[in-house]
Amino acid sequence: MKTAPKTAPEPTGTAPAATRTGGTRRALRTPGGLSLRVDPRALIVVVVLALAACAASVVLIGTGDFPISTGDVLKTLVGEGTEGQEFIVNDLRLPRVIVGLLVGAALGLGGAVFQAVSRNPLGSPDILGLGQGATAGALVVIVLMSGSANQVAVGALIGGLVTGTAIYLLAWKRGVHGYRLVLVGIGVSAIATAVNGYLITKADLVDAARAVVWMTGSLDGRDWKQVWPLLVLCCVLVPLVLANARGLRMMEMGDDVSNALGVRVERVRLLLMVCAVLLTASATAAAGPVAFVALTAPQLARRLTRSPGPNLVPALFMGAALLVTADWAAQRLFGDGQLPVGVVTGVLGGVYLLWLLVTERKAGRI
Amino acid sequence: MSTATTRVSRGLNNRRSTVNRLSAENVTLAYDQRVIAEQLSVEIPDNSFTVIVGPNACGKSTLLRALSRMLKPSEGRVLLDGQVIQSMPAKKVARTLGLLPQSSIAPDGITVADLVGRGRYPHQGILRQWSTDDERVVQESMAQTGVAELADRYVDELSGGQRQRVWIAMALAQQTPLLLLDEPTTYLDIQHQIDVLDLCAELHEEQGRTLVAVLHDLNHAARYATHLIALKEGTVIAQGAPEDVVTAGLVEEVFGLRCQVIDDPETGTPLVVPAARKARARVPVTESS
Repeated sequence: MKTAPKTAPEPTGTAPAATRTGGTRRALRTPGGLSLRVDPRALIVVVVLALAACAASVVLIGTGDFPISTGDVLKTLVGEGTEGQEFIVNDLRLPRVIVGLLVGAALGLGGAVFQAVSRNPLGSPDILGLGQGATAGALVVIVLMSGSANQVAVGALIGGLVTGTAIYLLAWKRGVHGYRLVLVGIGVSAIATAVNGYLITKADLVDAARAVVWMTGSLDGRDWKQVWPLLVLCCVLVPLVLANARGLRMMEMGDDVSNALGVRVERVRLLLMVCAVLLTASATAAAGPVAFVALTAPQLARRLTRSPGPNLVPALFMGAALLVTADWAAQRLFGDGQLPVGVVTGVLGGVYLLWLLVTERKAGRI
Repeated sequence: MSTATTRVSRGLNNRRSTVNRLSAENVTLAYDQRVIAEQLSVEIPDNSFTVIVGPNACGKSTLLRALSRMLKPSEGRVLLDGQVIQSMPAKKVARTLGLLPQSSIAPDGITVADLVGRGRYPHQGILRQWSTDDERVVQESMAQTGVAELADRYVDELSGGQRQRVWIAMALAQQTPLLLLDEPTTYLDIQHQIDVLDLCAELHEEQGRTLVAVLHDLNHAARYATHLIALKEGTVIAQGAPEDVVTAGLVEEVFGLRCQVIDDPETGTPLVVPAARKARARVPVTESS
């Protein structure tokens, strides 16, 4: 009867016009009625993080037993290096860096989704036990089956998926909610940790050593065979997650409000959680349970953009930049003995988690 | 003012009027195994300010949840514009029917304008994220609710009354002809309660929106509603104009409270004055409660 929504906005004169909108975001409009909304600060953060990730990657490629200068790395990447450089860069170090970027991006995005769905920074895959679950899957393959690296990856993927499903089903009660998800996740995490401990004690020395290295999370020896499956998964999952980002943004305001706004809350939540579990599990399968990136990346991204909302894209780039930087630090800052990247992210993440808890306590939230 | 004329017996209004946009037909409402209401039928008259009243746990909010498709009836159906509400596309419903729920969370660090802007979601798409229409409607909604000057403030900094106005502005930005409000005055002091109710009356009278609200305060309900639905244990006891529904007999039947009903000296609407403690003690009301 009244106020039928107008679908054709008035033509706004000349092409893309940026206007001041409520809050911090700007709208870009075309005369055809298309409009996009961007937060300039978030955009700058994304660009800076992407550049940082690229820069760290180039430096990381130049780092190692045969140091290569930045200029030579860039030259080699565009195909103008010597044969030796080509081998070291393209065959040895580039795949490792790409796996690092993808793992970081997947963990950052997966963590951002989980934290938004649970409306709690502690609702990230590290705390929920997805990492531990994937580890259990990998350890079963290493210890009980002495499987190959690929089989270990598949085992980790399956372990992560089983854990994710278990958490979802156990936390389900007319929908999945924040605290319940976190508490159930912590319980599941404890069980998985116990299983992992049991498997390690049952293992012989060689398997146990292999298991421990895998469990710290490391990018050593990653080659193109690890890159492709991870790249394909990311190419499918990342767009799927981003397509649902607007619904996720509404879900921040509670299930009732977002339902009232026309978001199919349970469906969006299930889809996003499946994507996030897959992202986390495949990242874990590729690099082992790299600690705390999924927890810290979204929180750091949020503090940089200073904008509400799940901050999915900034979290993705933050994860990539963090992981590559941590890998560089692991190789360079601790002398000759290369450290698995998971040790560095663990230390950084642990410190960050404590800081987060202290500030949350000061804000009176816990 | 006799209750007999307005009393509704079960099944009497099963005949479906095709006029009203929103109605519930013989719905059974339950959370898991706990049944709140059975065979409940309710019509929301178009262009009314309908208020649902009743004692705690009578199913008021549950009914509102069913009408706004938050709760799927285990039997029966809720109809919006002649269609079963669950079968309609979610965004289409969201462009017709808005809801202000009790539980809403303002995201950390969100400004008033951003929050109100989120009400535009059902009108947007991935390539149509923020049109000039959106812009205009958000400004209008903030102006109508008197929060325009707070546009750049953070929602967490606002007082309870201001915050409730912001949420109402968000629901208004949805531009729905029907608006459902679940206890919009809870946790507000008396001045802000009246403030919010005045705003609702304004939306109803000046913009012709159909409003449905759950209210606790019977006197507020009688003063502001054009149509009152009295609910007890999941059954409609009476419905109609407040002057017809709010009687001493009905209040005793529904709330188990002895009272006098007098004319409100300000508006002439019914005003419930509970009987003094001593008067109530003399005549126990157990048999009627």
